[in-house]
Amino acid sequence: MKKYVQLEQVEKVFDTKQGRFVAITDVNLTVRQGEFVSIIGHSGCGKSTLLNLIAGLMPVSGGVMLCAGREIAGPGPDRAVVFQNHSLLPWLTCFGNVHLAVERVFGGKENRDALQRRTEEALSLVGLSHAMHKLPQEISGGMKQRVGIARALSMQPKVLLLDEPFGALDALTRAHLQDELMRVMGSLGATAIMVTHDVDEAVLLSDRIVMMTNGPAATIGEILEVGLPRPRSRLALAEDSHYVHLRGEVLKFLYERHKREAA
Amino acid sequence: MSTVIAMKKSSIEPELQKESPSPDTISAATSIPAQPASAATATPSASGRSAERIRTALNVVIPPLLGLALFILAWAAVAQHGKTLPGPLKTWHEAVQLFSDPFYDHGPNDKGIGWNILRSLERVAMGFGMAALLGIPLGFMIGRFDFLNRMTAPVISILRPVSPLAWLPIGLLVLKEAQPAAIWVIFISSIWPMIINTAAGVSKVPQDYLNVARVLNLSEWKIFTKILFPAVLPYTLTGIRLSIGVAWLVIVAAEMLTGGVGLGFWVWDEWNNLNVEHIIIAIFVVGIIGLLLEQCLLLLAKRFEY
Repeated sequence: MKKYVQLEQVEKVFDTKQGRFVAITDVNLTVRQGEFVSIIGHSGCGKSTLLNLIAGLMPVSGGVMLCAGREIAGPGPDRAVVFQNHSLLPWLTCFGNVHLAVERVFGGKENRDALQRRTEEALSLVGLSHAMHKLPQEISGGMKQRVGIARALSMQPKVLLLDEPFGALDALTRAHLQDELMRVMGSLGATAIMVTHDVDEAVLLSDRIVMMTNGPAATIGEILEVGLPRPRSRLALAEDSHYVHLRGEVLKFLYERHKREAA
Repeated sequence: MSTVIAMKKSSIEPELQKESPSPDTISAATSIPAQPASAATATPSASGRSAERIRTALNVVIPPLLGLALFILAWAAVAQHGKTLPGPLKTWHEAVQLFSDPFYDHGPNDKGIGWNILRSLERVAMGFGMAALLGIPLGFMIGRFDFLNRMTAPVISILRPVSPLAWLPIGLLVLKEAQPAAIWVIFISSIWPMIINTAAGVSKVPQDYLNVARVLNLSEWKIFTKILFPAVLPYTLTGIRLSIGVAWLVIVAAEMLTGGVGLGFWVWDEWNNLNVEHIIIAIFVVGIIGLLLEQCLLLLAKRFEY
């Protein structure tokens, strides 16, 4: 397995009115191809900042970031992002939203029919063939997030970046979409980095869990190998001793060693 | 049990309405029948519902009618008292006569009201159209490029508050003729809301949408057609609505000064003839056309709300 995403001594400093604010510092992380890595930490620990850095949405203040051997210099479709608030364009249908991405990535190489097929495939992958021609405001929050995932996957990115993708959904929908994401990722074998604050989500979906210390100057505190066999089943794992142990480890990290002072 | 409760409710409900037809009880009553409808009380609730519908309709129609009636009454009273202003009835008769032949043509200074309206609309359309052609793209660029924004800000801030008619001499001087000068005044006074609203709209495009554009690495053209334009359209339409309002406001004054055929000149002409009925008719015509323009644009804006 080769190193796919590589972060070395990554640092991000914001210039605020109160002076320099070191959000994250000294972050070293290597993600292998096909790996699913979660970044977990208390809110404000800079985990979203880290994801935005990998996405290229903001420049690093120090250190080096590589993706598939190339330096990350800005945003690009090889690192597709699933945004927390889905960020669908309200004037485009589900099809139109995904097609915009497909057209951008494959428009130069493929004809119209092929682009259309790709769009339809991406939507059927997340089970949305029936709602293809609906506008975002006509579908539920869970469905919107599926479109967001379909849009990201349709670009066939090298890495899929998920920024608390299920944070805005209710518990049942969230569980359903987690299962769905596991299935899709399993079938595609894609590399993914997900930011979350949900311990169960992290353990269930990931190969490794990156636990971040509290900011300011947050960094990686510990990395936990999950090592649960795939495919995973939510129900079977609930009673699995290893799963319970892993869950306990993450909780201990978050609530014992890096407990957050009441904000 | 539930049927009994439902029966009680529906039997109380019509009385409630009779006692106090305030908007509150009406809105409350509209929500209640949803419950008894499922029970075996279809007849009373159905008749109650149609009664409500009539009530709501009356509620919509009566206040504006009352307002108009009071206005006309006040006008009649003032006319009766002062003797200089023609009353509503006299004006109405004049209007009927005037509109029975709107498109007559007795030489350059005596044309039907229809011609006057059309000519005024034409000037507004030309001045406003040119303002839109220049102002909307300019607004987009100002909103998109900060440098341009800071560059144009002082000029716009200085020129925007200038009274429209102050531009007329410049127009007459440069364009040498009265007609283009009138259009120039419409142009220069109606361009600002479109520039400013469009620019504000561009700067208010949600960062989420722009992040999508950045992650997808969209071309500037795609960003414009797929994200900026649809996101800014509601703001631009507001700008257009304000601009048309200004243009229509200015046209009467501009035409009074430049002459030719048009509502403004007509008002001035009728003032010289001391035909006050026609002046009042002109005021109503200007008001009603302004209202129609506004409503058309509001309707259009509704189509593009997300």
